[in-house]
Amino acid sequence: MKGYLTALIAIVMREALRFVHQRERFVAALVRPLVWLLVFAAGFRAALGLSIIPPYQTYITYETYIVPGLCGMILLFNGMQSSLSLIYDREMGSMKLLLTSPMPRWWLLMCKLLGATAISILQVYAFLAIAAAFGITMPVLGYVTVFPALIVAGLMLGALGLLLSSFIKQLENFAGVMNFVIFPMFFLSSALYPLWKMAESSELLHDICAANPFTHAVELIRFALYTQLNLSALGWTILAAGIFTTAALWGYSPEGSGIRRKG
Amino acid sequence: MTGIRVADLTYNYGAKTALDGVSFEVGMGTFCALLGPNGAGKSTLFNLLTRLFVAPKGRIAIAGHDLDTAPRAALSKLGIVFQQSTLDLDLTVRQNLSYFASLHGLAGRDRARRIDHVLERLDIMDRSREKARTLNGGHRRRTEIARALLHDPAVLLLDEPTVGLDAAARAGITDHVHGLAADGTTVLWATHLADEVCPDDQLVVLHQARVLADGLARDVSRGQPLQKAFLAMTAEPA
Repeated sequence: MKGYLTALIAIVMREALRFVHQRERFVAALVRPLVWLLVFAAGFRAALGLSIIPPYQTYITYETYIVPGLCGMILLFNGMQSSLSLIYDREMGSMKLLLTSPMPRWWLLMCKLLGATAISILQVYAFLAIAAAFGITMPVLGYVTVFPALIVAGLMLGALGLLLSSFIKQLENFAGVMNFVIFPMFFLSSALYPLWKMAESSELLHDICAANPFTHAVELIRFALYTQLNLSALGWTILAAGIFTTAALWGYSPEGSGIRRKG
Repeated sequence: MTGIRVADLTYNYGAKTALDGVSFEVGMGTFCALLGPNGAGKSTLFNLLTRLFVAPKGRIAIAGHDLDTAPRAALSKLGIVFQQSTLDLDLTVRQNLSYFASLHGLAGRDRARRIDHVLERLDIMDRSREKARTLNGGHRRRTEIARALLHDPAVLLLDEPTVGLDAAARAGITDHVHGLAADGTTVLWATHLADEVCPDDQLVVLHQARVLADGLARDVSRGQPLQKAFLAMTAEPA
């Protein structure tokens, strides 16, 4: 058991060290949601009227509405970024080092996932701090209750990244992930507009948004930021995390295809 | 007990056969050279020996542990140096070794002691604080060999470890690994360069997915220079 913990600490520390070495990645991860928050939201607030919907108990500004979605955006981009680093690891061969360790492979991949999620959550808190500095605040306790929600959402999106990395052959194909995974997941969700608003324009789009696991991750975060638990969002997010993790572990098993892409 | 036992191993990439009924054994403390031209199936064999791939047919045992039924026991006996460098260039030599030791569950004073031991063994103690990026090719390879020895494996696999090295570094590493075999480590050294093989080494010649020859290098070459014998052997279809 001690050996498992040693491996976990080493893998998480390596992820953290790599993150520290890539300071521009940290800046990029923060600038992206801040641009949305401070530029996009400012322009959009006039165009979009929001009614009072749970968990909000009063009228809120559009900036306040999109904060949970932007937290989700950080987790989503980081999940994909970690899949990019896994593809890089595979192309550079260091993935082989990991997979030939006598530790069980599922545990090593879980360590990777936990490491990536920890880094993501750090960035979300940095974003929330900057948002607070601009006057967009949540209930104080909300900053605590959102922590477990961020873990669940981060693991789900990290597992999706892990799954994608087991199927993507080369680094160059990652651009496709942007077009076919990140953008649809983000825009077809409740991150930027409430689902009822979406239903006004198209029932089909509303149904797609409602089925999108990213919507549930965002709603889980939204409710948690207001110290409330959205059970159905939690259930759907955990279910999606379970499916993505299982598929990713299969993808990386010797019988799967994850490592076989490159002989 | 044999160090490596490979029995009737077969592997295909779609319609292309990469290994076809490959069998050989390497005794404990033996240096075995796996000689084959490019595309002979050496890297596929390494991927199977390290369980990155699983063969649909055939068996592999490492130091008596079946790779299929007891993969963790088998992998714990295995030290691996991949053809492509797997060092983290932004980490120091010591950090690279420490990370790897942790992947094997080694921690604390035991880890530090083992790291010191392999650094001295490979004669790179004075480089331990340098980032891997600043090392030359020879020292990077030494670091990777040191890393592969950290958990004191019974069997050491090296996949074309001298690729890209100058003549002096190549000779240095070849001699060093021969020394490891003399100290009791079983070594499987894949190469396409016949001059890295000593006459007393075990030699397995792989060509077009099959084993062409298996025996002492001096017997396989039959009095000819090994390079010449190897070229003659692999010139015609197997």
